[in-house]
Amino acid sequence: MRDTVRKVEISFCVNGETKTVRAYPMARLLDVLREELGLTGTKEGCGEGECGACSVLLDHKLVNSCLVPVLQAQESEIKTIEGIAKGEQLHAVQEAFISCGGAQCGICTPGMVLAAISLLERIPQPNQADIRHGLAGNLCRCTGYTKIFEAVVQACRTIGLQA
Amino acid sequence: MRPRVSAYQLHAPDTLQAALALLEQERGTLQPLAGGTDLMVLWESGKLTHKKFLSIWKLPELKGIAVTPEHITLGALTTYTDVLEHPLLKSEFPLLCQAARETGGVATQNRGTLGGNIVNASPAADSPPALLVYDAKLELVSARGTRWVAYHGFHTGYKEMGLSKDELIRSIRLPRTDDRWRQGYRKVGTRKAQAISKVCFAGRAIVDGRRIQDIRIAFGSVAPIVLRCVETENALRSEPLGSSAMVAAKRTLAREITPIDDIRSTAAYRLKVAQNLLEEFLLTLQ
Amino acid sequence: MSEKLIGRSVARKEARDKVTGKARYVDDMRFPGMWYGTTVRSVDARGTITNIIFDDAIPWNEFTIVTAKDIPGKNCVALIAHDQPFLADKIVNHPEEPVVLLAHPDKGLLEEARRSVRIAVAPMNPIFTMDDSLRGTEIVWGRDNVFKSYVLEKGDPSSVWAVADFIVEGTYETGAQEQLYIEPNGVIAIARPDEPVTVWGSMQCPYYVQKALMALFELPSERIRVIQAETGGGFGGKEEYPSILAGHAALLAWKSGQPVKMIYDRAEDMAATTKRHPSRTKHRTAVTKDGKLQAMEIDFVIDGGAYTTLSPVVLSRGTIHAAGPYFCPHVRVRSRAVATNAPPHGAFRGFGAPQSIFALERHMNKVARAVGLTPEEFRRRNFIQPDQTTATGQVIRENVRLPQLLERALHLSDYHAKTESYSRENSRNRLRKGIGFAAFMHGAGFTGSGEQYLASVVELEAMPDGVVRILTANTEIGQGTNTILSQIAAEALGVSYEQIEIVRPDTSLVPNSGPTVASRTCMVVGKLIESAALELKKTLIAGGHLQEVYTPAEFAEACRKHIESFGPLKSQSQYQAPPGIHWDDAKYHGDAYGAYAWAVYVADLTVDLVTFEVQVKDFLALQEVGKVVHPVLAAGQIEGGVAQGIGYALYENVVWKNGRMSNGQMTNYIMPTTADVPSIRVFFEEQPYAYGPSGAKGIGELPMDGPAPAIVNAIENATGVSIDRIPVLPETLMEALASLETVSSRA
Repeated sequence: MRDTVRKVEISFCVNGETKTVRAYPMARLLDVLREELGLTGTKEGCGEGECGACSVLLDHKLVNSCLVPVLQAQESEIKTIEGIAKGEQLHAVQEAFISCGGAQCGICTPGMVLAAISLLERIPQPNQADIRHGLAGNLCRCTGYTKIFEAVVQACRTIGLQA
Repeated sequence: MRPRVSAYQLHAPDTLQAALALLEQERGTLQPLAGGTDLMVLWESGKLTHKKFLSIWKLPELKGIAVTPEHITLGALTTYTDVLEHPLLKSEFPLLCQAARETGGVATQNRGTLGGNIVNASPAADSPPALLVYDAKLELVSARGTRWVAYHGFHTGYKEMGLSKDELIRSIRLPRTDDRWRQGYRKVGTRKAQAISKVCFAGRAIVDGRRIQDIRIAFGSVAPIVLRCVETENALRSEPLGSSAMVAAKRTLAREITPIDDIRSTAAYRLKVAQNLLEEFLLTLQ
Repeated sequence: MSEKLIGRSVARKEARDKVTGKARYVDDMRFPGMWYGTTVRSVDARGTITNIIFDDAIPWNEFTIVTAKDIPGKNCVALIAHDQPFLADKIVNHPEEPVVLLAHPDKGLLEEARRSVRIAVAPMNPIFTMDDSLRGTEIVWGRDNVFKSYVLEKGDPSSVWAVADFIVEGTYETGAQEQLYIEPNGVIAIARPDEPVTVWGSMQCPYYVQKALMALFELPSERIRVIQAETGGGFGGKEEYPSILAGHAALLAWKSGQPVKMIYDRAEDMAATTKRHPSRTKHRTAVTKDGKLQAMEIDFVIDGGAYTTLSPVVLSRGTIHAAGPYFCPHVRVRSRAVATNAPPHGAFRGFGAPQSIFALERHMNKVARAVGLTPEEFRRRNFIQPDQTTATGQVIRENVRLPQLLERALHLSDYHAKTESYSRENSRNRLRKGIGFAAFMHGAGFTGSGEQYLASVVELEAMPDGVVRILTANTEIGQGTNTILSQIAAEALGVSYEQIEIVRPDTSLVPNSGPTVASRTCMVVGKLIESAALELKKTLIAGGHLQEVYTPAEFAEACRKHIESFGPLKSQSQYQAPPGIHWDDAKYHGDAYGAYAWAVYVADLTVDLVTFEVQVKDFLALQEVGKVVHPVLAAGQIEGGVAQGIGYALYENVVWKNGRMSNGQMTNYIMPTTADVPSIRVFFEEQPYAYGPSGAKGIGELPMDGPAPAIVNAIENATGVSIDRIPVLPETLMEALASLETVSSRA
């Protein structure tokens, strides 16, 4: 009944800081972020890779952290919602989610913001189809997505102006 | 429903050789794990019996896309995102790209791999129909050596396949196509994105005048395995395009597939829609 | 402050916390020494518990184990009836019924332990359908399986049938629907002998939870403290269910002496918690040959599952909305909520109205066709007008202009041109196009005398720095409570939005302003806030520290001086019914709601005859909701409700097997993604309501009512098939089209 597997030491860079944790190799990256590192902005909505609430950027790619065994994140670069704003300065996507009403209950919001950022990094000027495709893995039950689409469009405009 | 994480081992060797050695030692007890988009879901819902996993996610030998005048060779760890970003795949293998685009959401596309999609052996998988109609070959490796097998015939029954317990898929090779081939792919899922297919079609054909010179047809979610529909192909090959060929092909297809009722759809729907998708494709050839 | 705040889209109060991940939901909270709790549930649908078997492989001495025997007070979830136990004792009445609770510090071991407990049951015959329940195949609840029934009567329909020009009948069915908030249910409880039993949780109604725990522990209200954590969506799914879960966690905390966290995973949340009631509605309608409604007889049945929970109230709302926004001289609605051996169904946005309105708005199209009128012309001839009476005999005093609302909706959606071009082009295409609409209304606030019974109280407290704190039990669950209540208070006080603070709902701090349900927060609670704010301002002026006209700085200064002179500066307001509201609970007659929101929704869609998939391409939602307090939040409510309505109509199918949901994963219970929702275009008309804050009414539930009938009407427009059951899955549509072909080939 008792543990047969040992915890291992795993190092990665989270939001720009190098971290070393001791964790079971099959522990979900989601749980390590939330419970070992206190980064509770990453949410669990389904535990089956379906809702996207646990989205983080792993080596600059959007992933569902509920489906990543932490050992696979060894030596990786991870970005969570907590690492998106620069101090008090919010990211353009965060600002747009506020002004367009893209966040309601807020539980999908961290994942949705990361999905939107990842989309704009790949496609700086997305059309409607790109936006819909880019966010299709992030479920939102509150908004009907309309305000989220508007937020992405607005963020893309702001980023364009800043560039 | 969470498994007790401390009861599960995960090894992550640095090289293919080391991975294959472990697989040989732990014959049958060690479950390879790539991007986890299927296995982690099963594991978390308590549906996996394995206690030991082998992470192959970072093995460089299983990565990369190589192009020669005759072939394109995709490492087994090629992700759907890799597929979508490759210019040659876009121009010559649009069915594979469409399958990649319609698999899960972006997060799944970043982690899901072609090799994983094959060995997970779901009859509802999205890329296998495309791989079947592109005449894919698989490179299988083990500590004992390497062998090549045709993908057609690789799956032998529900979740059964011609892969030894100590083997991994190393790469998937597709012969280059040319623009004589007309191609079609359509996934009918439970919704427009982030969906599991209820019926999935891939087909390509060369039409010479009004006659079908050559054809490949494959369907997902209509049989215990993703099915290359050879009899339906035979019913069409060398036939003139037209309503009699269409009727015969649909009838043959109905005999060849064995759809079932499940929580996602019904056998009747799958049969009817499979026939409709075939018809729709054949109409594009006229 | 000269700038109007009402009608302005200010930033959501907690928006910054939500976009940065700082907002603290219950699963983000931890306490020293915290354990985890889990629930062992019955497999069987109905039977007698004969034994509980604990597998030897588990070190049970490390666990806290709770069964019904451990309950210090009453083993029933206090709500309407007292029939549902916290933990089944002797009898189980549905699959997934909680029987044993376990707690342990190690989550993983806890899960193995849960799987190592077996509930042995001697089975009894269960029933799973409304028909079996009504027939009394088995009596599984009370004397006749009926939780509640109503008869609503206006005029005498029986006098009409013999002389009617046309009689049109129809039967309509709706399936269960999962709320599918993205944050599953969860709570943390601490129960130490020297402190109040304290619960933090994801919930809509802290005072419901408090009431349930008071009975469970037989403790007075001051010994039970309930605090709402940030809540990741509710939609009704966190109205009554958190009471059970909070009870479970509190029992484990009580027995173990440790803080206990219980967070459902998605599978458990889908399997065990409430869903929208399945329904069946039968309509019989008499209509004259010039298309005037003469009599409506409606039989409305909902499946309540195994226990009463909120079924009587859900049934009530469904009953009252069943005859819709039409004038008909003779109406009889008979309705029943019946028992089956499924987990109890419960609150979900719309609360019975989406079910009966689906039936009505499908049926109105059928009646229109029978008398040879277009759906829009038939409705024009029957829309209720000011001074006419609804089915409950309520005289419409609002200036309702439904024909104009319809006209505008049809114009905005290009309805006439589209119906014409679709009918011309459809036969040539395998992608059929269709357009359809639904007209409906939704009452805001509790039904009838409900608000008087609630007698809600709110409180404002001004601080020496001029900050005014709002104390209510109404929860922010995404819909914007924090923001709109702040706007209303700031507007009434003439201070800035930033000067208003919301106190987190905590039963030890805030008064009971009623539950966060029934589209009541803005209209009812908002009005109380407005009154309390005006009172507070009056007090400051009367105290001599404030002039009639002032700046925010002068307001702050006045607060400081007032508090120095007189002590804390608080203002409370309690609900009083608007004048002229009368309701007879016995006859179910009178003013059912203080105000209604009115709407016409139009769905424009395609039906693919290759795959039988329906794709909504454009959705137009036009509604009259009184003054719109916050345009962005209001539109967000409508868009979100429409998306849920699209799911209800086309995708969301609960597959039942012996009373248990068999597709309880997000992979297999299909809610719309970004790729499935159309452009949703939202328009408001604003007719200020005299008894709402600045003229506002309620909007939260309204958008759930219209999409399903509008969509199914559009499917009929596209294909000619009349479908009377939702969800309309491609499989359903294929069969319906096949039977249509059979019929037409015979003809």
